[in-house]
Amino acid sequence: MKVRPYPAWITRLYVFAMAALAATGMMQMPLTKRYFISDIPGMAWTSDFFLVHKVHYLLAALLLFVIALVAVHWFRYWYERLVLTPMGMARVVILGGLVVSGCLRVYRNLPDVSLDPSIILAIEWVHLVLTMVMGGVALAALLMKCSAYAKRG
Amino acid sequence: MANEKKIMTGVSRRGFLKALSVGGAGMLIPSGVSAVQERVPMPSDGELATLLDLSKCIGCGECVRACRESNAAKFPEPKKPFPDLVPASRARAEDWSDNRDVDDRLTPYNWLFLQNAQVEYEGESYDINIPRRCMHCQNPPCANLCPFGAANKQTNGITKISDSLCMGGAKCRKVCPWHIPQRQSGVGLYLDIMPRFAGNGVMYKCDRCYQLLDKGELPACISACPEDVQTIGPRHEIVARAKALAKEMNGFIYGLDENGGTNTIYVSPVPFKLLNKAVDKGKGKPHMKPVIDVMADETNLATATLLAPLAGVAAGFLGFGSKLLKLGESGNETNGGSDES
Repeated sequence: MKVRPYPAWITRLYVFAMAALAATGMMQMPLTKRYFISDIPGMAWTSDFFLVHKVHYLLAALLLFVIALVAVHWFRYWYERLVLTPMGMARVVILGGLVVSGCLRVYRNLPDVSLDPSIILAIEWVHLVLTMVMGGVALAALLMKCSAYAKRG
Repeated sequence: MANEKKIMTGVSRRGFLKALSVGGAGMLIPSGVSAVQERVPMPSDGELATLLDLSKCIGCGECVRACRESNAAKFPEPKKPFPDLVPASRARAEDWSDNRDVDDRLTPYNWLFLQNAQVEYEGESYDINIPRRCMHCQNPPCANLCPFGAANKQTNGITKISDSLCMGGAKCRKVCPWHIPQRQSGVGLYLDIMPRFAGNGVMYKCDRCYQLLDKGELPACISACPEDVQTIGPRHEIVARAKALAKEMNGFIYGLDENGGTNTIYVSPVPFKLLNKAVDKGKGKPHMKPVIDVMADETNLATATLLAPLAGVAAGFLGFGSKLLKLGESGNETNGGSDES
């Protein structure tokens, strides 16, 4: 059992937000009804595209809160004591891309906002591809037992 | 009918209007007549809207025929037999390729159809014909919720589905308040990815003849209409015109506020509540009920996503978050090292 230099609750909150975002992101594809997932008791909501979309927004807000909280704490307290691990650095970069593309996605959905279709396509696919890359890197980090984002410097 | 008009005038309506636009001759038109009607919209006009004066429509079907002709090259040519979809009990192919002539509803081969309503209003009988197609919403849920970016609203107000990107999941049809897009199986990207397990064709709907607008020409349904039922122009001008027309005929407007605002605005001499009751509704035959803004909650939640990081920064500086984070720094908090994504 490894000792982490940061509290478990922030890790768990982050993991919850990321996992739930990945799940609700996947549910943006119209597959839950086709594959009977929405027939499972308690899962009927997964075929309500608007509800899933709103839950995705709420989870994104939660993730942004956690990221901002940790970022402030990093620059105030942890900056001199902790360093990012290589796998941590990789995921921070991917996370940055996900946040930027996600925010652009939210912006695009606002009324009175019309963007060039090629820009919209780029936003959509960057978000989608980065999600898959993040999943791959996170899985690799787990398998290599180096999932910590930071260690003592 | 369009051809007859050409012969009679010696110059097509389209060419005449274009000439007005290009030559600046529109300035000669009395100022009381809006520029909306008299010129072909240009890209610089921004978001375009159409006005449909239902008191003029005689139900001749010229617009339906013109739409088919203008968009024939975009219609699907599916490969058969279709893939055996999995699971067969839930996913079924939709095939209109053997029923291309159907014109009494929306199909992948019929992007515009006419609804008819015979109603009594204030002691008078009305026979109202209603051209129905995509409303081209100002904030279209079909485009906003498309997971692949296949449906997009363009800067000129057209909501268009890319047939090379669409997987045919029909999510756009489900989230559209009028369920406008129609699916054809056996065509599109899904055939090259996992044809049996994901996707089911391509969704089709009115794209407002973008290929004509790009050339400075009017959409086919507008130029073909012998009664000038439709008018296209910058949205603010169309809205003003619709309101003036409704006031003039003591009529009613539909599409102005529906779903937060659309770029297809109907003006009728009878209430739309009556029209909605009278028209034939069902699959491919949209209603005319009032529609709330289905993206309103997302718009409000966008504010939450903006405020969340600010709240995080504030929590970090103001102590609450910092105290909680510091609690775990001593090494007392442990983790298995396998729970971060």
